[in-house]
Amino acid sequence: MEAAYSHPKSLVPVQSKYCPGCGHGIIHRLIAEVIDEMGLQARSIITNPVGCAIWADLYFDFDSVQPAHGRTPAASTGIKRMLPDHLVVCYQGDGDLAAIGTAETIHAANRGEKFTTIFVNNAIYGMTGGQMAPTTLVGQYATTAPYGRDPDVAGMGYPIKVCELLATLQGTKYLARGAVNNPVNVKKTKKYIRTAFEAQMRGEGFTMVEILSQCPTNWKMSPVQSVEWVESSMIPFYPLGEIKNTLQPDPAAAAAVKPAGVR
Amino acid sequence: MSEEIRLMKGDEAIGEAAVRAGCKAYFGYPITPQNELTAYMAKHMLDKGRTFIQAESEVAAINMVYGAASTGARAMTSSSSPGISLKQEGISYLCGADLPCVIVNVARSGPGLGGISPSQGDYFQSTRGGGHGDYHTIVLAPKSVQEAADLTYEAFSISERYRIPVLVLADGLIGQMMEGVVFKDEIDPASLPPEPFAVGHQAETGRPNRHVTSINLVPEELEKQNIVRFERYGQVKKELTRYEEVQVEDADLVLVAYGTAARVCLGALQDARRKGLKVGLFRPITLWPFPDAAIGRLAGKGSRFLSVEMSMGQMVEDVRLAVNGRAPVDFYGRCGGMVPSEEEVLAEIERILGKRS
Repeated sequence: MEAAYSHPKSLVPVQSKYCPGCGHGIIHRLIAEVIDEMGLQARSIITNPVGCAIWADLYFDFDSVQPAHGRTPAASTGIKRMLPDHLVVCYQGDGDLAAIGTAETIHAANRGEKFTTIFVNNAIYGMTGGQMAPTTLVGQYATTAPYGRDPDVAGMGYPIKVCELLATLQGTKYLARGAVNNPVNVKKTKKYIRTAFEAQMRGEGFTMVEILSQCPTNWKMSPVQSVEWVESSMIPFYPLGEIKNTLQPDPAAAAAVKPAGVR
Repeated sequence: MSEEIRLMKGDEAIGEAAVRAGCKAYFGYPITPQNELTAYMAKHMLDKGRTFIQAESEVAAINMVYGAASTGARAMTSSSSPGISLKQEGISYLCGADLPCVIVNVARSGPGLGGISPSQGDYFQSTRGGGHGDYHTIVLAPKSVQEAADLTYEAFSISERYRIPVLVLADGLIGQMMEGVVFKDEIDPASLPPEPFAVGHQAETGRPNRHVTSINLVPEELEKQNIVRFERYGQVKKELTRYEEVQVEDADLVLVAYGTAARVCLGALQDARRKGLKVGLFRPITLWPFPDAAIGRLAGKGSRFLSVEMSMGQMVEDVRLAVNGRAPVDFYGRCGGMVPSEEEVLAEIERILGKRS
């Protein structure tokens, strides 16, 4: 009899440090499942960012590199250029990607760097304890937005739609936004990750999957309330789906694309 | 060794030496006076099918080095003073993760944007770590185009031997001037042995996971890591400290100078000797580790010292620490992009020795 469901090989069987109801665990699992399905466990490297996911090296059962806050895409660039036949997963949170690391993100995307960014958007700084993120919604509370986010005061301006921002850049080939607040969205998100990883291994260009993720602790909600808040507040502002897909339509034509690292 | 003597700018000679040393990845950002180096790397790295990226910033460039170095590749970046300031975050992480790499600073005058003329105002930044936390980088200070090429070439293997970033601290004069240079043999990056820390290629070896990181939230463990790193620094001090001495044995006054300032001092020394003044020159080649024992030996013999720098006085503090009160230590410096003349240094020598007699 075939096992229909088991622990992914690419994920270490340990209890994580993530809070109850946090989305990181689901996202880790999805990444691990896709890597297992593609048979890439021994050829994968994750860059774990500064933020809650800095512990990703404890959970993914393959090599990792931990760069400075926001410099994750620059480090991923260096790794992928040296190891073009490896799967490089640039795991980033909203502060890492869209605040301190905005320049590194935009330029790695614009260079069409052939790694995949997994962008966990939970609209808050998690590890430092609930400060306003670039993706915090207008009116949303944070320790640094005690009266709710007001774009005109206290910094950070308006919430940034990263997929839409990057979509104008020619180096980006696949930008999708998923969520992990219900089984349907989880399943769709996994498909986006698979599409992005496959495109990376074909060397097509910059790929990113943004994932709306719940942070009950810093949102000061129960896990159930938090998945409902993703649905009621985040998804209306951050629409789900493939925001940009200019991947080669025909796999045979895609196979003819120059491999990464070759001029 | 190819014996062909080539007439080259310092910046380009550094580039050629890095290519020959098997540099597999170069990441740079434009800044004067090191632009010829970045342009040289663009042409010659791309010609060889190696990685060259003009990054969006010095911050990105040093973090690309971090990524490439994590895979065990010989990786390099270069810049000039304000850009090196931007790289300090990345250098701290490279040191915290014990990654080797080569960083070239073709220094200019500061602070702030300052000027584009040569300066030695980055001595403190270079020798004290430069970024946050307890660490050092190895600092090599060339005085000529030939030495800039030789030290850059060697910097890669030194960095790998100790797993410490190596900073080649030149200045705008060495970067921009042309001199004859002979290069060492070319190393094929593919011939270099794999590094024991490098990520990637798990499939071929089946080895356990590797994690390149500088984080450790357990104070007892982080302290131990730092202690182990400092034990390695002790080994570096023992094995790597380098300097050049000129006529120091009978000297009443030893000039202490590195890089461009040392060339000026050599001229001043020759003028002084012609006048019958017993002057020597001590030229540190490694600024970190600083050759304090050798200076201490001279202090014990009764020499006094004059630190000559293109700064307001930075290395002079290390000279004083090395001398440890056993002899007077004077300072003469020009800054803001001014290079001291031999006449100025000679006048200072005469003033000091005259004052003494």
